[in-house]
Amino acid sequence: MTSHFWLMVLFAAFVSVVFAVLLRDTPREQVQTAGMMLGGFVAAAYVLGWLMFPFPL
Amino acid sequence: MSTKSTAAERPRIAAEPGRLALVCALAWLVPGLGHFIVGRRQKGLVFVVALPLMFLTGLWLQGRLFPLELSDPLVFLGAIANRGIGLPYLIARLMDAGAGTVTAVSYEYGNTFLMTAGLLNFLVVLDAWDVALGRK
Repeated sequence: MTSHFWLMVLFAAFVSVVFAVLLRDTPREQVQTAGMMLGGFVAAAYVLGWLMFPFPL
Repeated sequence: MSTKSTAAERPRIAAEPGRLALVCALAWLVPGLGHFIVGRRQKGLVFVVALPLMFLTGLWLQGRLFPLELSDPLVFLGAIANRGIGLPYLIARLMDAGAGTVTAVSYEYGNTFLMTAGLLNFLVVLDAWDVALGRK
């Protein structure tokens, strides 16, 4: 598995699930929070990735 | 009117220092076990699955388990983060896993998964501590 995008999504999923379960008490709230966090992480990484595109290291 | 209970009203599950230390030690050793002990079984179940799975993914991605080298502060901090996962780390060391393949494309991802799994488990231990004290 060498897709940077899917590895990032997998990482974001793990982190989202753990944080959501830590922060919320009911399963419904946990699922909602995890989904929102995952979406936020992936969207932010995608946007930042494109913003960094013109600036090679 | 708020229905949330105050910290004073919540039961202190492990108020004695010895029992509190035991809860934290077990929570570190087996991710999620602390939550099982303090009665948060649903949370414990998620942690006991998610955190070792994240650690295993890091090993599968050919990440490295860092040695405790004080001469290199970043490696030392990485080593502390690696050890945060508890028993899965000890098992991996016994099996000689986690040597790391620097040339692998997924090496840095593997390191990130391994260290983050340990750091998240530190947060889980702190959460179990709070629940045991009746703060949550």
